[in-house]
Amino acid sequence: MLESTPLHRLFRTKAEAVSAIVKEATGVKDAIAYALDICNQKEACTILPSGCQHNLSEKAQALCDGKPAKLIAAPDLSQPHWEILSAECDKAGIGVIKDGLRNHLGGIDIGITWAQFGIAETGTLVIDSTDEDLRLTTMISEIHIAFLPLSGICESAADIVGSLQSKMKSHSNYLAMVTGASRTADIERVLALGVHGPLEMHIVLIRDEDV
Amino acid sequence: MSDRGKMQDYQKEVGSALGNDFLRDAMDKFAVAYREARQRAFEGLDTDRLIDDVACRKDGAISRADQLLEQFKAEAEKKGIVVHLARDAQHANEIIAAIAHKTGSQKIIKSKSMTAEETLLNHYLEHEGCEVTETDLGEWIIQLRGEGPSHMVMPAIHLSRYQVSDLFTDVTGNKQDDDIEKLVKVARRELRRKFVEADMGVTGANFAIADSATIGLTTNEGNARLVTTLPRIQVALIGLDKLVPTVQDAQAILRVLPRNATGQSLTSYVTWITGTAPWKGEHPEGKEFHIVFLDNGRRDLAKDPDFSQVLRCVRCGACANVCPVYRMVGGHSMGHIYIGAIGLILTYFFHGRHQARNLIQNCINCGACKDVCAAGIDLPGIIKQVHAKILNEEGHPLKSTLLSKVLRSRKLFHTLLRYAQKAQKPVADSDGYLRHLPHIFSKKHGFRHLPAIAREPFRDRWPAIRPKVARPRYRIALFSGCVQDFVYPEQLSAAVELLSRQQVEVLFPMEQSCCGLPVQMMGEPAAARQVASQNVLAMKAHHVDYIITLCASCASHLKHAYPKLLSKHASLASKARQMAEKVIPFSSFCNDVLKLDASMFNASRTQTTFHAPCHLCRGLGVEEAPRDLIRKSGYTFIPASEEQTCCGFGGTYSANFPSISAQILAKKLDDIRSTGAELLVTECPGCIMQLRGGASKRGMDLNVVHLSEAMHRNLKPK
Repeated sequence: MLESTPLHRLFRTKAEAVSAIVKEATGVKDAIAYALDICNQKEACTILPSGCQHNLSEKAQALCDGKPAKLIAAPDLSQPHWEILSAECDKAGIGVIKDGLRNHLGGIDIGITWAQFGIAETGTLVIDSTDEDLRLTTMISEIHIAFLPLSGICESAADIVGSLQSKMKSHSNYLAMVTGASRTADIERVLALGVHGPLEMHIVLIRDEDV
Repeated sequence: MSDRGKMQDYQKEVGSALGNDFLRDAMDKFAVAYREARQRAFEGLDTDRLIDDVACRKDGAISRADQLLEQFKAEAEKKGIVVHLARDAQHANEIIAAIAHKTGSQKIIKSKSMTAEETLLNHYLEHEGCEVTETDLGEWIIQLRGEGPSHMVMPAIHLSRYQVSDLFTDVTGNKQDDDIEKLVKVARRELRRKFVEADMGVTGANFAIADSATIGLTTNEGNARLVTTLPRIQVALIGLDKLVPTVQDAQAILRVLPRNATGQSLTSYVTWITGTAPWKGEHPEGKEFHIVFLDNGRRDLAKDPDFSQVLRCVRCGACANVCPVYRMVGGHSMGHIYIGAIGLILTYFFHGRHQARNLIQNCINCGACKDVCAAGIDLPGIIKQVHAKILNEEGHPLKSTLLSKVLRSRKLFHTLLRYAQKAQKPVADSDGYLRHLPHIFSKKHGFRHLPAIAREPFRDRWPAIRPKVARPRYRIALFSGCVQDFVYPEQLSAAVELLSRQQVEVLFPMEQSCCGLPVQMMGEPAAARQVASQNVLAMKAHHVDYIITLCASCASHLKHAYPKLLSKHASLASKARQMAEKVIPFSSFCNDVLKLDASMFNASRTQTTFHAPCHLCRGLGVEEAPRDLIRKSGYTFIPASEEQTCCGFGGTYSANFPSISAQILAKKLDDIRSTGAELLVTECPGCIMQLRGGASKRGMDLNVVHLSEAMHRNLKPK
């Protein structure tokens, strides 16, 4: 078990309570392998009930039809990690991009991003989403896989609010707290996952970011 | 066309909502599920402290809203945001329409904003030739149906999956399933193209943080993120009440808001937007971000010492979630735009007297909303104050003027009651009920049997039953309230005997009168104040250890309202406070002060359940004492589900809205019946009037008694 401390266990419990899938990895390479695994298991736009198969109006259908077979976006991986990912994707016949997300608004299969913090009390990720491609990755991917360094887990929002504040005060930015997958209970109060955002949220806890 | 300004029209509207079975069923399930979810969400947290913290921070922000606005504006301009201030709804709509025209924005997407509902922004923009699409699922559904929201957080809670399925069939031109998961996916796909095509995105905000010009948005669906990201033109319409000094303040509110709204620890997304982050769409000019602050009466409200706390509201919707009236009639009949207890109030301040004058009376004063409010707003108290304000502006109706006149004079009031006792003889049955109602009542009032006025009021019995106690442990004064004095004197007699057996000396000051709650409820604070001062003088609190009442509503009114009503009275303010401190309900006194045990009672196997009067459990925070006493006095106690939900009486409320009162009562009696109990105990004569009269009308085999009577029945002989 990587997440040996009570704090890490609390984070996992709370994240799982909001339907996030929490995994562990020794390093980034390991996490990339996990992401590919998920992508391979997933059939583009069919396993997940994301809507393309339903009776849509013509215009909405057109947007669905414009989507390529399988696509991963990973906008903020470091160069060496990006190279590992793209090599693996090439082998598996999966498309991979780090920008130009606006060309894929119909949806992408997997989005991989880093999260800077994890808030254990609520199972929340804090993701600096100032870069538009990164932001869109966390919005239009059907499965969002967030890499979270174990060192980024804190107890409550109070522990990181100071850091958010200094960012807010210094320059324009777009900061997101994400707790589980996109959800709604607007029809008869029945919970349904994946309205306008990801249908699944995976969190990969990473012990050593350099591996 | 229905006109809410007319009571008759409003009653008709309420009547048709009561007839909607789907709505009623959905609301019942929601009421129960919400309570449980909220409790789980706050587990392990000091809820009261968190709520106090929100109240404190909001009060601070409200008191310097102008200053915060200046600070926000200065910071925003450094970060390239254009800040506008709209004096009213029309002005806000004009500003936003002008932005749309100037930037050539025709297709507009929106995420959920109650503030935009308040200004009726969609209608305005559509009238200006724009295509507006709501992207929150519930909001989209009601927009397509041409309706307003029926809940602040779940705007389409009044609709079934079948209605949504039919709607989506029309929208897509293809037959849709009624599987909710599939319907959600259809919305996801249909709305995605709207996001892609949009020229302009409009949001509200939960927070506007002054020291960094940041807006904070909470959503579950993630639509606000797309709305603020994809279109080039971004507009946020924000009430001035959403300004807070720092992100720490916002964070403190966030600890309560989602927990209170939906029982979630946090919403799926909390988005903090500061300035204009780089935009990668195809347009030479890049992102434009406009923030429109809306006044619409908020600045005046902030300066009003009586009403400024209204601006603490964080729009969680909890006051609707727990409201027994909302549960019966749904949101469309329980607010104009804003819904629930806060909706009754905001309708007056934001949408005017005409919309508010009848709505404001649709509060049963059970206190459930005050008990859960995320910002500790005294909602029922303010509703009464707004009602009084409307009456002062429009003139007081004859019935409340008359009642005020009568109550101001104890002698006149009591003489009238004695006269009524004689006049009722032709319709009073030997079982203590009126055979039929006096003609001033309509048929709608026939849902319960009403009791006759007692032949001999308690005050006339008193000289004969007054016990002598040699060495008293305590000396108490009994405050009877008018219902027990004149309708149920036996409840007081039972209590007097119990107390004297415990060496408690009981005084009954003859100059006491009605507590004044009925006139307070009718929006007559002047009369309420006068009655209060008479009672404070009559009760002579300094002579006794405690003032005991067997009526939870009287007790709560004496304890909480008297010090406020008389706070500006030179000689009575301190006496009212002293009296308030000594007021204690019968059960607390017996259980917590006298510490009665089972030794003075015979055991009976009678299966017994309890109804917790609103003004006892929430008004006075007394929960365990009556339940303990039921067990100690020998009964087999079976708790009923929703024990603390209102019985539907609410004093004058049940006369004003008999059909709602009847529905609340029916639900209550169903819960009682499910326990299988043969005895129902409560601690308020108003609840007894409602429950006993309702059970009798239904022909239920159920005895409804006051706690004092139940205890007295099992008292061992001396």
